[in-house]
Amino acid sequence: MRNLFLFIWRNYFIFLFFILESLCIYLVVQNNYYQHASFLNSSNQFAASILETSANIKEYFYLKDVNEKLAKENAELRGKLFVSFAVTTNNTRTINDTSYHQKYTFTSAKVVNNSTNRRNNYLTLDKGWKHGIKNNMAVFTSSGVVGQVKDVSENFCTVMSLLNSKTTISSKIKKDGSYGPLSWDEGDSFNTATLHDIPTHVRLAAGDTIVTSAYSLTFPENIMIGTVEKFERKSGQYFYTVKVKLSTDFKKLSHVFVVNNIMKDEQEELEKKSESDTKNNQ
Amino acid sequence: MINTILRNIIRFIVLVLVQVLVIKNIELGIFINPFIYVLFILLLPFETPKWMLLLIGLFLGLTIDMFYDTMGMHATACVFMSFLRPSVLNWFSPREGYEYGMHPTIQYLGIPWFLSYSAILVFSHHLILFFVEIFRFSETPSTLLRVLISSLFTLLLIVVSQFLFNRKKEEE
Repeated sequence: MRNLFLFIWRNYFIFLFFILESLCIYLVVQNNYYQHASFLNSSNQFAASILETSANIKEYFYLKDVNEKLAKENAELRGKLFVSFAVTTNNTRTINDTSYHQKYTFTSAKVVNNSTNRRNNYLTLDKGWKHGIKNNMAVFTSSGVVGQVKDVSENFCTVMSLLNSKTTISSKIKKDGSYGPLSWDEGDSFNTATLHDIPTHVRLAAGDTIVTSAYSLTFPENIMIGTVEKFERKSGQYFYTVKVKLSTDFKKLSHVFVVNNIMKDEQEELEKKSESDTKNNQ
Repeated sequence: MINTILRNIIRFIVLVLVQVLVIKNIELGIFINPFIYVLFILLLPFETPKWMLLLIGLFLGLTIDMFYDTMGMHATACVFMSFLRPSVLNWFSPREGYEYGMHPTIQYLGIPWFLSYSAILVFSHHLILFFVEIFRFSETPSTLLRVLISSLFTLLLIVVSQFLFNRKKEEE
């Protein structure tokens, strides 16, 4: 034992070097998204090939679910077709095509890595900047919201899952439009989240639908988030805290959509401009 | 002694400010990224204890990281560079060793000595820095080119700054 200490003491310089260097590497990996992604997730080529194979295999087990979902979605989309409106109502005929501008474009992607049991969960998708994915794009499935793109490499992107302490999504109660921020708080499990700041005059009931609000720059309006499970008002507060049951099953994610808001830059620029204008006038 | 510490603290502040306020804003493409702040480690006195060298390296790196938003990358490179410094100094030591009161500068030890001493350390610093930044080996050739060109620019800046600011001392 004494010799060991002597050995360490004599070579303290090298030991100290290794300790400090591992501390630095730890900091790098913890705090930089790209390194974080390539260290822990699938941009790392070795891990990517393994994860991709396992995702491929897993996909087979979900084929039935996915098919069902696709069929349902097909039916829903068919219902929204211009033709099906034109037949039933007269109003739709007056709508001119040029009055519509495309605001969102969608890219489908496959989930190659996913976690649900950490405090900050991330997913990895098999689409990167090569496919037009950029930072902060919204990600959802036909059943509900998934998260927001955090970092992009050539062929992959990492997504900050809704199950992440840093997530907040502007959401609203579908039936009357009152809105508040939704976050994943302590005590939420992988299928619940918490909606804050709903004023108490709103008549809530268990089962009410929660969707994304129009105030978010990333998410399109009216994407399903979940349903009200229970709500409570803490004494002395004028707001409900609502426990939301998420409609997305994060343990079974396989195919998702990435949304690109084409008008986001325009809107952001305008808002920034008016903000700085007010500042200058003061 | 206190004079030396004070001078080093001022040098630290000046070099960090020059790096993050001036050089950071000069964008010459991805191949030319000089990091002149490493001059601080190069110019530390010979008598600096080894453990202190590592801690100073860590601190300097973290300070730069704060401004560059690259938590840990510069720190990794600086600690590595501080680790190499004693061995490099040993390598290049003159036959009779370093005299007391000497500083590792051009004025005391001449241009060839200073150039080879700083070239090795600057190169090792940039090597670690750029590889940690890119974090993979698949782009090794272009990363090496970045390391090489940036090192040359850093060296150039270091030597120029030495001639600009250290002449005064001789006149004193």
